[in-house]
Amino acid sequence: MDFLIFKAPMLMVQASLDGILLGILFALIAYGMALQWGVMNIINIAQGDLVILGGYIAYTMYLAGIHPAWGVIVSPIIMFFVGWALYKLVINKVVDRDLFISILATFGIAIVFQQLMNFIFGADVVVAQSGYGTTMLFDNSVTLPNSKIFSAVISVLYAVALVIYMKKSRLGRAIRATAQNARAAKILGVDTEKVYAATFGINAALCGIAGALISITLTLHPYVGLPYTVRSFMIVIVAGLGNLPAVAVSGMGLGLFEEFADYILGTEFRIGAVFMLLVFILVYRRFKLSKKREYLK
Amino acid sequence: MNKLVKLFITSISAITLTLVSFTSSFAKVDGEYIVLGSAISLTGKYSSNGVHTQNGYNMAVDRINKMGGVKVGGKSYKFEIIYYDDESNPKRAAQLAERLIKQDGVHYMLGPYSSGLTKAIAPVTEKYKIPMVEANGASRSLFTKGYKYLFAVLSPANQYLEVAIDLAVEKNGGKPVRIAQAFEQDAFSQDVRLGILDAAKRTGSEIIIDDKLPKELNDMAATLAKVKATKPDVLVVSGHTKGALTAIRQISEMKVDVPMLAMTHCDAAKLSKQHGKNSEYALCASQWHKNLSYKDKFFGSGKKYDKDFKKEFGYAPPYQSAESSAALLVFKDAFERANSFDRDKVRDALVDTEMQTFYGNIKFGPGGQNVAKPMILFQVRCKGDTCENKVVAPTKWASDKFYHPIPKWSERG
Repeated sequence: MDFLIFKAPMLMVQASLDGILLGILFALIAYGMALQWGVMNIINIAQGDLVILGGYIAYTMYLAGIHPAWGVIVSPIIMFFVGWALYKLVINKVVDRDLFISILATFGIAIVFQQLMNFIFGADVVVAQSGYGTTMLFDNSVTLPNSKIFSAVISVLYAVALVIYMKKSRLGRAIRATAQNARAAKILGVDTEKVYAATFGINAALCGIAGALISITLTLHPYVGLPYTVRSFMIVIVAGLGNLPAVAVSGMGLGLFEEFADYILGTEFRIGAVFMLLVFILVYRRFKLSKKREYLK
Repeated sequence: MNKLVKLFITSISAITLTLVSFTSSFAKVDGEYIVLGSAISLTGKYSSNGVHTQNGYNMAVDRINKMGGVKVGGKSYKFEIIYYDDESNPKRAAQLAERLIKQDGVHYMLGPYSSGLTKAIAPVTEKYKIPMVEANGASRSLFTKGYKYLFAVLSPANQYLEVAIDLAVEKNGGKPVRIAQAFEQDAFSQDVRLGILDAAKRTGSEIIIDDKLPKELNDMAATLAKVKATKPDVLVVSGHTKGALTAIRQISEMKVDVPMLAMTHCDAAKLSKQHGKNSEYALCASQWHKNLSYKDKFFGSGKKYDKDFKKEFGYAPPYQSAESSAALLVFKDAFERANSFDRDKVRDALVDTEMQTFYGNIKFGPGGQNVAKPMILFQVRCKGDTCENKVVAPTKWASDKFYHPIPKWSERG
């Protein structure tokens, strides 16, 4: 079994495509996290649970006989208001406080959301069927589920739309201004309170889209939110805040890295390898920073 | 706070505590009731199976009580169960077991749901020498620790899919097969894996892919791509309901052709309902099926149990409920044979258990596991869009022929 991937070149293609498609989806979640982290300086532990809630919205539609793909439109709308309400209820009380307080608060939200979802939707693992079929390449040796292609395309569309919105619209400009300097923005007449609420709402909406996509590509369960939080956290750490191209690249890179780690090191080291990479990147960054500091001396 | 208020609260709690410890001394057999205790997952990630377990217990308690109860020393007693919600958390489960025993004075325990939680509780019941009959902890490691007060009505995890490998070898004309396997990294799934390793060794079969899936993982694309490239004779997957659902979703999407697919947790995952035709031909291990021909006088047959359970709870009983009901039958039998409420006598009676229930024959091995009941395999078969689980092995109970090999995706409609 040693390095099957190098013997079968088609596996390399399969792994790369799988990794990239999955990475794009993760990048969307990470972008939401980067946005509200950058603007509000809050690390949202409940990010993954917002994703799962968005997934359950699509799943509920599926149960009602509506095609779950419509979830990518309905789910973000509902989730925007969930995010808005969450801000008004909890987040606005911790937004100017210590980072630790906000982590605690969002951790609490995560637990409440998990239990609520468990209560409403049950503890069973569920899936929604898109019935999209499969694209086969290279004489059936590489297979790509159309649902994964669909989710990557939708993620890219939404991400691009958001970037344009942030650049062109009034609210987008206000959000960027607040991210750069909240006090200055306030003095110049930006209603930062409203900006914060909108940012958190947009983040939740992005999670809603990702959740709807996950319901047709992967599985849903009230307690699987945390891995999504951790992954997006990692992507943001690698990419930095407020830099969408970097988030996209690091998302895809992480997806690729994961797939290849799976083939080369074995499935059991897949997630471990990602964490090793994170440690390596953090150490490297620190090393670089400390060099810079010496230079400044 | 005012000093007086503090004093008041302290004395109130002191009085409550005294009362609690005072009442507890009667609790093991309270009037005409035999009190059993159980920590069970009513919230948290195991809550659906926790409820199946509780329903199974309750159904048996009602039935036994209605049919004359438990006769000990010429007097008839009724069962009663004290439940606490363990929140699907092993630490909490261990605390609650401690509480049931020390505060509520429970002298006989019923198991929680899942191997992990049973593992957390077993050291506690062992410490206080409390006999525990459990129905939902199948991990082999439970039965190798030398526990003397633990009894399981179910077959241990390593037996789940051993039969499947034998079946594959048989279909291969008695020649060894090439096995690809993917197991989640938890106690239960890894025990299933050990069983496969044993079976592979016994039959001279070769394991060509041996992936361990991390718990957080819900994407098996890499494993399945490897399977596609290596073309094994059998693919074995075990990773609870998430593993079963993910496997079927991705096998159908990636059009992975394998002659045989063996899994666990198909019925708990409602595979045939959630994935419909895509799940057809999957071979699944199960502790119980309603069509088996076992009988007892309380529930009659498996089919009757199925009917009664549906009437009472509104859904078909999964095997988790059936085995939980069986646990109560075992306790009743042991109490009557011991003819006493002495814990050690009851424990000795449990050791000598040899009975048939609607769920299967029960006889405990030296480690406490049930050695008298084989696992069964069913295969998902579809007619039109409705899919059903049909028992295919062992041959004694097979209602349908085992369909082998699985047709290629290109030939499936």
